[in-house]
Amino acid sequence: MTTTASTERELIDFVVREARLLDDKRYDEWLELWADDGIYWVPLSPEQSEGLQHNSHLYEDKLLRTLRVERLKSARAYAQQPPSRAHHLLQTPTLETSDASGQRHVLRTAFHYSEAQGDEIMSLVGTVHHHLARQGERLVMTLKRVDLLNGEAALPAVQLFI
Amino acid sequence: MRDRYRRDPDAIRALVEPDRVHRDLYIDEEIFALEQEHFFANTWSYVGHESQLKNAGDYLTVEIAGRPLVAVRHDDGSVRVLMNRCAHKGARVVSLPAGNTGRFFRCPYHAWAYKTDGTLLAIPLKKGYEGTRLAECEASQGLVAVKHVRSHRGFVFAKLSDAGADFESYFGDSLSSIDNLADRSPEGELEITGGCLRFLHACNWKMFVENLNDTMHPMVVHESSAGTAKSMWKDEPADKPRPMAIEQFVPFVSDYKFYGDMGVRVFANGHSYSGVHFSIHSGYSGIAGYEEAMQQAYGAERSAEVMKIARHNTVYYPSLTIKGAIQSIRVVRPIAVDKTVIESWTFRLKGAPAKLLERTITYNRLINSPFSVVGHDDLHSYRAIQKGLHASGNPWVSLQRNFDEAEIGQRDVTATGTSEISMRNQYRAWLQYMTATM
Repeated sequence: MTTTASTERELIDFVVREARLLDDKRYDEWLELWADDGIYWVPLSPEQSEGLQHNSHLYEDKLLRTLRVERLKSARAYAQQPPSRAHHLLQTPTLETSDASGQRHVLRTAFHYSEAQGDEIMSLVGTVHHHLARQGERLVMTLKRVDLLNGEAALPAVQLFI
Repeated sequence: MRDRYRRDPDAIRALVEPDRVHRDLYIDEEIFALEQEHFFANTWSYVGHESQLKNAGDYLTVEIAGRPLVAVRHDDGSVRVLMNRCAHKGARVVSLPAGNTGRFFRCPYHAWAYKTDGTLLAIPLKKGYEGTRLAECEASQGLVAVKHVRSHRGFVFAKLSDAGADFESYFGDSLSSIDNLADRSPEGELEITGGCLRFLHACNWKMFVENLNDTMHPMVVHESSAGTAKSMWKDEPADKPRPMAIEQFVPFVSDYKFYGDMGVRVFANGHSYSGVHFSIHSGYSGIAGYEEAMQQAYGAERSAEVMKIARHNTVYYPSLTIKGAIQSIRVVRPIAVDKTVIESWTFRLKGAPAKLLERTITYNRLINSPFSVVGHDDLHSYRAIQKGLHASGNPWVSLQRNFDEAEIGQRDVTATGTSEISMRNQYRAWLQYMTATM
């Protein structure tokens, strides 16, 4: 296994590409970006420290992420009539921490997320932290934590991937 | 046309037939305004849980029937529900969802102060009122206290109007579902924990309430989510432990026979539960240490009695719905004729292992989050009704499945789980409490 350290540019490109895959609905490729034990997490509040004993909007392991993607392929996912579109507007990610070996990194990115369906459009803003780890030649997400500015508000349905 | 119904209660009576209801119940703005004024004032609404008000001065704010309220633990230990409206100029006195006010409330505008039972404590520069008629006016009476407040196993309910039924005859035997939820704690006590998921529904509140014991929809609406979960797991070996998510999703797509055999029981005043005999929650695997803790607390026989009850949804009409076997509740907060907030809360059973709370939290997130793949398809159906009812040619919503005239007027009926009796029963109560004060 190589021990190549990641460059900041490579890490930032990962975050940008991850959003791009979601906006392009290339969900099967998106699923490949994850570590097997990676967690996709949207807590209720930025202060929340864990997801198993406290309510969250999302706390999804590989099984649940796959289910979410597979459901969207179903002709009977009625809530997707008409299909929604998603758009991530990202601020330039900043590298927050790296471990000593250069194998694990945390990036912080401010975002503006929009989801449109038919004549309606909704927006959510917040900050996402990508926890990335090097696995051989590639980077994978061990944790993607999305902190919403208004996570405790009454939210409308958010159907795609923030 | 704005006062069509206000001037004519008989026109409201004509909207509810024994086996069908008129679309105006769901789409008419005047009907919604009259519901806030009459129906939600004349019925018992869920306020909150006593575990949210542990210490004297702890309070929570809530809106019921369009009125801003604050529920507070008074210094005598009782829970008081007060109008959140300064007696002076009408400002909302507290603005946080929850907090501790100490020994008194203090209005942030002119510092009028009130004890936690609502009585007026102090007004700055009081001598300015000498010789005025303040003492004869409402302003000197403090925060208006809601007279009808009751707590059952920590669940606090309020009724704003003097009309309507007293607490016991309003809920009757339906309270056994709340009892079962609390009995599931080895200490017999519940604690709300883990925050609240709040999901904005662009539909009338009745679509959501009807759906809870509508057992003809899950296998259709949730095919894309629960059906996908089922097919993803079908090739796994039978003895492989099922993840919580699979255990919770898959039973949703049980067949019509399963849901029919579950049974539904309805009570006077609109209450109901499905899952009389078993439910989609009956097949969950055990949680290490939980059954032992229950047996130690209650003895083997009583513990088994409590645990074998696995009701689906119990509707405490019109505002509270509970899942005892999951330890979660959903609270219905109507905002407008086509806008409803659903709050989903979770309970820790005191004395039970942490893993049980994890199951509760998992279910709540998978089913009730605004990001829920189950919730998305439910909401799609509700919104489709909200739009579709504007069609002309047929103004009626059919509730005729398994209708039997003999069910009318009975206080307690058990029927096949796929009957629409729970909805018919809701609308009989709706009409009664909507028109009681007209």
